[in-house]
This record gives sequence, C-alpha cells and structure tokens, in this order.
Amino acid sequence: MQISARRMEKITIFDVTGDIDLANSPEVRKALLRELRDIRTPRVVMNLRQVRYIDSSGVASLVEGLKASRDSGSRFILCGLSTSAREVLQLSRLIKIFEIYDSEEQALAS
Amino acid sequence: MTECGLLLNLELRSNPEMLCVVRSAVERLTEEMGFSERDCRSVTRAVDEALTNIMRHAYHGQPEQPIQVSCFRRQGQMESVRREGLEILLVDYGAAMDPSKLQGRSLDEVRPGGLGLHFIRASMDDFAYSREGNSNHLRLLKYLPSPGHGQGS
Repeated sequence: MQISARRMEKITIFDVTGDIDLANSPEVRKALLRELRDIRTPRVVMNLRQVRYIDSSGVASLVEGLKASRDSGSRFILCGLSTSAREVLQLSRLIKIFEIYDSEEQALAS
Repeated sequence: MTECGLLLNLELRSNPEMLCVVRSAVERLTEEMGFSERDCRSVTRAVDEALTNIMRHAYHGQPEQPIQVSCFRRQGQMESVRREGLEILLVDYGAAMDPSKLQGRSLDEVRPGGLGLHFIRASMDDFAYSREGNSNHLRLLKYLPSPGHGQGS
C-alpha cells in the first residue's frame, strides 16, 4: 500500500494505492489524524480509486478520520470506491455516514 | 455435512504481510470452484478477517506464530436442498476466544473497531468456533449456488 498527499489551499487529497489491511491501516490512520486533527485542514479527500480491498481495520482508520473531522469542524470525503470497498461500508452500515462521491472531480466540486 | 476432500492447505506465520498472499489464494480458489464474484469477495473477506482476529486477539500482535488454513470441498444441506460448498478451517495456538464476543457488536454506534466478526457472519453461510486442547478452531462455510439459482455479481 502506498499513500501520498497532494496539498492545495485548504484541501488535501490523499491518493492511496493497494489494499488496506492490518499490515498498513495504522499508516492510513496516522496520515488522516495528522491532517485532520493536527494540521486541521478544512477539507480532506481520500481518493480510493486504486484501492481494491479494505478490511475492518482499514474501515476503523476511516472512522477515526471521520471522528477527527467532526471534532475539528472539517470535511472528510471519500471518492472512487471499488465494489469491495463499497461493500464493507454497506456491511458496517457506514455508507450513509461518510460523505462519498464517485470521482475526485465531484468531491472537489462539492 | 460430508467431507469431500482437501483442496488447499496453507501454513503461515502470524505476520500481517501474509494476509494479501492468503487473500490471493482464497480468491483464486473460490473463482475456480465457481462462486459468483460477490461470493468470491465474501469468502475472501471472511478468511482475511478471521486471520486478522487471530493475529490481533489470539496472538496479541505477536509475529511468527503458527496458523493453519485448510480448505475442503463439502456436501451438505441448506433449506432441505443438497448443496456443495467450501469449508475453511483456521487453526491457531493462541489465547482462547471469548464465546460472548462471537455475536459481534451492535452497528448502531459509529465507532472504530469490532467489525471483523460482523463481516465474517455477514459473509458466510455458517461459522463455528471451538477450543480443542491448546488450539482454536474456526470453521467457515459457504455454499455454492444450487443449480438453477441465478445470483448477482
């Protein structure tokens, strides 16, 4: 898994590539909490277009990011979800809790 | 439930880096057996979550501990219909699982953690846990679609 950040004024976009599982979800959590809790970036977009699989520990990292965004009054947006990623958010009944867009363009225009 | 034979036997260590390797193997096996795309993802997810639970809770994050994953072709009955399926047996030698936690947590509360068992229950047709001597045995079962039943992907 690789995670990289593109920073613009008041927006950070994370590009994630590969599977998110127990081996690397702490890295995702760390990047999200740094951006949302420490830096307090007003809008954080996580582009998951190149993520094929997310396990429960990856979902937990996203939930922590969501909670941090609520605490800091910022927006945390997911986009480009694969079928598998969408399924785990549906299974955990989180699909309507997160702000989700099909594409990065839609996420930025929102 | 009738045993029809071993399909795959994996012996691995409790290193999270191995999870993607097992997922690949299980995904290919389920494809080969004729499961739908959705069911291939379900079985793969359940095995991955079961292994994650073993690594985190049975072995408390300790690496290099033994885990066995054995996959069998099975025949059984579901809703009075004879069905063929895949049974996956996961064996570890870590701490026993607390049976009260087998139900998984309520999903009403939005909080991180505690989703793995829920994913396993939702993804498989049946699962059973037993403590045998100093080992944990988790059996996961998924039936193939019965002939004549279409299914989504």
